[in-house]
Amino acid sequence: MTQLDPSSPANPEGHTPPKGGVSFYQAARGWKSWVFTLDHKRIGIMYLASVLVAFLLGGIFALLVRLELLTPGKTIMSAETYNRMFTLHGAVMVFLVIIPSIPASLGNFILPLQLGAKDVAFPRLNLLSYYLYVIGAVFAIYSMITGAVDTGWTFYTPYSALTPNSVISMTLAVFILGFSSIFTGINFIVTIHALRAPGLTFYRLPLFVWALYATALMQVLATPVLGITLLLLIAERVLKVGIFDPAMGGDPVLFQHFFWFYSHPAVYIMIVPGFGVISELIATFCKKPIFGYRAVALSSIGIAIISFLVWGHHMFTSGQSVVASMIFSFLTFLVAIPTAIKAFNWVATMYKGSIWLATPMLYALAFLWVFTIGGLTGLFLSTTATDVHLHDTYFVVAHFHYVMMGGTIFAFFGGLHYWWPKITGRMYNETLGKWSWVVTFIGFNMTFFVQFIMGAKGMPRRYYNYLPEFGPYHSFSTVGSWILGLGFFLTAYCLLSAIWKGKKAGDNPWGGTTLEWHTSSPPPLENFLTEPRVSGGPYDRT
Amino acid sequence: MSTHVMAQHHPAEYQPPHHFPSARAEAEASKVGMWLFLATEVLLFAGLFCAYAAYKTLYPEIFKGAHKLLDLKWGAVNTMVLIFSSLTMALAVRAAQLGQRLNTVKFLAITWLCGAAFMGVKYIEYSHKIHVGLVPGQYYDMLGFTREFLEKFPQTPMSEVERLARGAHLFYGVYFLMTGLHGLHVLIGMGAIGWVLVRAMRGAFSPKFYFPVELVGLYWHLVDLIWIYLFPLLYLVG
Repeated sequence: MTQLDPSSPANPEGHTPPKGGVSFYQAARGWKSWVFTLDHKRIGIMYLASVLVAFLLGGIFALLVRLELLTPGKTIMSAETYNRMFTLHGAVMVFLVIIPSIPASLGNFILPLQLGAKDVAFPRLNLLSYYLYVIGAVFAIYSMITGAVDTGWTFYTPYSALTPNSVISMTLAVFILGFSSIFTGINFIVTIHALRAPGLTFYRLPLFVWALYATALMQVLATPVLGITLLLLIAERVLKVGIFDPAMGGDPVLFQHFFWFYSHPAVYIMIVPGFGVISELIATFCKKPIFGYRAVALSSIGIAIISFLVWGHHMFTSGQSVVASMIFSFLTFLVAIPTAIKAFNWVATMYKGSIWLATPMLYALAFLWVFTIGGLTGLFLSTTATDVHLHDTYFVVAHFHYVMMGGTIFAFFGGLHYWWPKITGRMYNETLGKWSWVVTFIGFNMTFFVQFIMGAKGMPRRYYNYLPEFGPYHSFSTVGSWILGLGFFLTAYCLLSAIWKGKKAGDNPWGGTTLEWHTSSPPPLENFLTEPRVSGGPYDRT
Repeated sequence: MSTHVMAQHHPAEYQPPHHFPSARAEAEASKVGMWLFLATEVLLFAGLFCAYAAYKTLYPEIFKGAHKLLDLKWGAVNTMVLIFSSLTMALAVRAAQLGQRLNTVKFLAITWLCGAAFMGVKYIEYSHKIHVGLVPGQYYDMLGFTREFLEKFPQTPMSEVERLARGAHLFYGVYFLMTGLHGLHVLIGMGAIGWVLVRAMRGAFSPKFYFPVELVGLYWHLVDLIWIYLFPLLYLVG
């Protein structure tokens, strides 16, 4: 591994620096060592546990929604309950799971390690972010108990200003979660600028760090707009300000502009960290430096910039001007360029690499497969003419789940398996990991691929009832959701059982080259016993 | 940040937290963090500025008419107060940088009092508006608006006043949301100033460690700057 400078005092006579010592788990014990911790690794683990609990909750809502749609008409719940179920599924998955999933859990744990830093720049702010997340989650649960929300996760006015459900507590929850996300973003940007190890220049940063940097930029610049939008919505409900109410001279479409100004960058906040994970996985499991490193790194920043200019593509049918729609459509096509740069460079990295098909790599391959489907179907939706037909159908639902679930969640799972030995010090059962992957992959495609077909045939999204000709698609999709759920339980068992039953993993089980693999598993309290010095690229091998 | 030096009266040498290589690195990183946070504040207000722009474009004559009932005199006084407070804040940062404890405390205290004066004036303005019903949404009083308007501008034709009275609630909605959110920021700023004021009195700052004063200063200047935009947009649109 050429990355560490052999002449540095940390690395005498070209050997790997001293490792071992007391791990951060052993450095302090008891519940206080977790609740009041400032250690980024513990905060990352607390985030991870919280995100996984929320994932279970959101997943149960999803299974209930799919079960209701097994047959036309009423299967298990009333239409009102169904409206709440899909809203809660969306709100929980977007705001409590996907947005914090990779950055706040894996990012918190891995980012300072990859930088060779002892911690993030502002450890207290980091803990505050976590507690804001918890408070936001409490508000969300309070909203669920007191009547829940039936507006869909987008909270569109005028309905959200009128419905008698608990919209205020849910929007406050999202507002607070937004601040959690902003603080994480600020912390990561400053950490990447201020706390890189000596010799670790920007173009020697691992691509996961680049992705987190681009994500943090979007979190910092987009989330405040969501904050003010939700405050306006609360003002609308409490004071009847009329800003979004056409009866009082206001404009409900203004809400959509505000909402998507945040929420389109937000979908990149969700996927770009996934890109970062995939870059790490492909470099490690193909045993090659990433092909076109700089292009992949900068394409993350490119996506971050373009993401702010495309929000109007959610509003082609809202009555916005034709000129605006054409411009938004054109700008949306531009997103395909940096995204394709990534996909092609990953495939080019695999070319003539010695590919090791371990579970994390299988997730990376699954990502390439389903994300490409998700990305290409996005082009149907960014074309104004086809979007008018496909808007608000299951085609959109399928597209969104192919990029968000098949994209982000598969990348998240790949990253979890990849860094699990680093986080826990234990290796999961590889055979079980692979079987869980097979079941998840089949279940995922069964659930969502048919939704493209029924969407194209005109099945609207969010409907409680449907025509009999859509019956076979819906039943197939529901059966798929059960297989998908089974896959998740197998994965959870695979990872959790490793903590008790897994073999000791060793410090670098995958032959990774980035800095986190140069310290022990699990790492000591301050990450490295001696400060690392860097003299080469992140994926260089000798 | 660094509360462990708070209680010391004569900090010999400021020790940065363990994960920063030097005190200077900590100060620089904290400033980058504060600038990023200020960017988020600008974007938070940007939503309201967009709402203002949208409704000003849709209803220009209502904005022109309704704004006449804002009190230009008090608005101008508040603008002067905040600009003056920006000066004293800058002087406080300079004093902290030079290690002049007494001057730091003095200028911070003046800045805090300016913030309090601003809120006092806002209280006078708000209570009058609430009293006569110039408030947003469902609490808006059309008759109250008509009475106020005719009192101030008795020459205006009745049809014109009625037309204004029907739409003015949108202007007051924007007015209260913008100045309300800004007022909240003034209060938060005063809290932050109070925090560094107490620390300055305890002698926590030195030429090597004064970045908390600087961070609060940056925040306070932004709060002022937003008002510099709010004043012409709300009080001077005619």
